[in-house]
Amino acid sequence: MIAHTVFFYIFSLIAIVSAVMVTVSKNTVHSVFFLILDFISISCLFIMIGAEFLGMIMLIVYVGAVAVLFLFVVMMLNVAEQKGQWFSSRWDGGTHIPVGLLVSLIIFFELIIVIGGWKYKPDLLNSLSINISTDVTNTRSIGNVLYTDYIHLFQISGMILLVAMIGAIVLTYRERAGVKRQSYVKQISRERDEGVDLVEAERNKGVKIDA
Amino acid sequence: MESYFSILLTEVYKILFLLIPVLVSVAMIVWLDRRVWAFVQKRRGPNVVGPFGLFQSLADALKYIFKEIIIPASSNKLVFVLAPVVTMTLALISWAVIPFDEDFVLADINVGILYLFAVSSLGVYGIIMGGWASNSKYPFLGAIRSAAQMVSYEVSIGVIIINVLLCVGSLNLSDIVMAQQNLWFVIPLFPMFVIFFISALAETNRPPFDLPEAEAELVAGYQTEYSGMMYAMFWLGEYANILLMCAMGSVLFLGGWLSPIDIFPFNAIPGPFWLIFKILFLFILFALVKATVPRYRYDQLMKLGWKIFLPFSLFYVVLTSSFLLYFDLLPGK
Repeated sequence: MIAHTVFFYIFSLIAIVSAVMVTVSKNTVHSVFFLILDFISISCLFIMIGAEFLGMIMLIVYVGAVAVLFLFVVMMLNVAEQKGQWFSSRWDGGTHIPVGLLVSLIIFFELIIVIGGWKYKPDLLNSLSINISTDVTNTRSIGNVLYTDYIHLFQISGMILLVAMIGAIVLTYRERAGVKRQSYVKQISRERDEGVDLVEAERNKGVKIDA
Repeated sequence: MESYFSILLTEVYKILFLLIPVLVSVAMIVWLDRRVWAFVQKRRGPNVVGPFGLFQSLADALKYIFKEIIIPASSNKLVFVLAPVVTMTLALISWAVIPFDEDFVLADINVGILYLFAVSSLGVYGIIMGGWASNSKYPFLGAIRSAAQMVSYEVSIGVIIINVLLCVGSLNLSDIVMAQQNLWFVIPLFPMFVIFFISALAETNRPPFDLPEAEAELVAGYQTEYSGMMYAMFWLGEYANILLMCAMGSVLFLGGWLSPIDIFPFNAIPGPFWLIFKILFLFILFALVKATVPRYRYDQLMKLGWKIFLPFSLFYVVLTSSFLLYFDLLPGK
């Protein structure tokens, strides 16, 4: 058990420190790297409590896909920063402080509610309606409830994501003029008769092709 | 504390017993790659150092060790140094879950295939970090390209894995192999095997999908600023990843350590050898593709990944699951 405790403290320390570093570090790309480190250590914590499926999904979805896109965007911003320095933090008279305070207060109260609910319900695990059995792998037990009891919620969340994705594409899509496209069908179905034109050329006069 | 120490020691022995053969075979596989490539092009390839040039990779490694490591002055030095380390580490840690035989695996975890998928999707970070930290145009372009490319092809690999998992009913790699005792999945899922092979080419940045390196336009892409041992580490990580993809293909589709027919001369050969044969077979296919196919254009690559492979493998998921459901073959009941 000692090794388990030591590993728990190591991973949680890394998680907390890197979460602080995400907000503190000056370089935005470094922030994203710390965010990735945070995700990885949290998935390690998931694995340590026996939720290996959640831990791996966390790695695949957040680290493997979402953080790559973050990094992608932030690196592009950094290119602009090197040019104009508009991205660097500067004192703008403190106009952003009230809004920031409001948002962080809301999040703080939410955290208190979550932790408070946990504190005042110590028999939370016993009061769950689902039996947690230890002899089934947690992938199977998640599948058992996700596709039976919660199938409608699952489907609805999938639908919402799909709508959000299509909406984002529709909102950002701009038709550009002068884009050259290739059609594979057209290229493949081209025959010799259409492509080659044999012309009898007259001496010293040449041939007009476009006519 | 004594018991902790002894457990730690045996684990370290096991890890070394796995990693040293992997590293040696990576060196050998570079040689094999160059030989196959030369064979296709009617050249001789590396044949001078040692018998058949077998020690060529060792000579190259020695050369890399003695070369100077140059770190560009305007680079982000910490990230620059970390990038090859990340590539190399990620390429090696995934070998922990590959089963070489029944009960002959370093970590027999429940979610082995997810672990493999997660680690191979982390592989993109080595490239992005290297490309960004170099603070130069070509490495950055290479990194951006590879980020988009690897994320796209991971999606189709994920869907292909779902196809296999539907037939197995477990995420454990040993279970996946044992489920193929009667029929290797390459036969019922042959289209998925082909798509997996092509996606693996794209995932490991091999030709014809080597756009992140593209020596003709990007002068080796994200590796441009690297030299000496750091370049060699990128190189080793890349080949270890290729071997890993071959191992993944043989575990998912070619029956892992199982012999093709369960009769005497075949099943007398121990399982690890069969796995190695299958990995080598897939690797030679990789090398033949490299030698014969020209590089894709970037928009064609994206079109192939998103508009052809993804819909087709999704369609195949529906097909596989309805087949299994209709004939009542669903596993895990």
